[in-house]
Amino acid sequence: MSRKPYIRKISTTSWWLKRPAYTRYMIREFSSFFVGGYAAVLMIGVRRLAQGREAYDAFLVSLQSPLALTFHAVGLLFALYHTVTFFGASDKALPMQIGAEKVPGKLIVAGHYAAMVALSAFILVLALWR
Amino acid sequence: MSGRSKEPIFWSLFAGGGMLSAMTTPVLMFLTGLAVPLGWFAADTLSYDRMMALVHFGPYGLIGKGALFVVIFLPMWHAAHRAGMSLIDLGVRGVKPLIMTVSYGAAAAGTVIAVRALLAV
Repeated sequence: MSRKPYIRKISTTSWWLKRPAYTRYMIREFSSFFVGGYAAVLMIGVRRLAQGREAYDAFLVSLQSPLALTFHAVGLLFALYHTVTFFGASDKALPMQIGAEKVPGKLIVAGHYAAMVALSAFILVLALWR
Repeated sequence: MSGRSKEPIFWSLFAGGGMLSAMTTPVLMFLTGLAVPLGWFAADTLSYDRMMALVHFGPYGLIGKGALFVVIFLPMWHAAHRAGMSLIDLGVRGVKPLIMTVSYGAAAAGTVIAVRALLAV
């Protein structure tokens, strides 16, 4: 038994900068601030809607501010990163078997992207429908 | 309950919110945060009248309100779990219950605000 065991010092705040895999992990986790932030924006929008036409129109105007545009532009990139990483893990999260054959992981991941594209197209069609 | 962990409840909100936000957050951020404000789509795409039509869509407006609620609620809880955990990952030591309480508390408050607003429109 050593009298003073060596305990390696690991920074609790910058450990994730030490390896690319750790950095990618933290970026992925950090995307949640933008996803949550956008959920808050939607929540505020619905609240303004309930407060009446003037309040809601003011909310729409605020979406045009440089801060709002920057948040949504940057947030969109982080949201897409979340999508890519979440789908990337989906073949491990949802392993599928048909009979004796395991469904290839790539197919499971591709299925998620197909669903996302279809759903996104549907939402855009709804929004643009006249 | 005999002291079972509450974590599975939060985890399923996390998973559902992760899936829903992976599927819908990009297109919604693009639509509401860029396309309409920047004029790529018609300026009245998100107008008061059209949004009121949305929240009244379906019996008692349940379809429109339900869709808006789900798209706020699930990603919010997903993000609360993840954001709290990432703060813990950044070394805010020894206060995991506090950080998670604050994170989930914020999501709970957000849920209340969203529900009250949707009931009021």
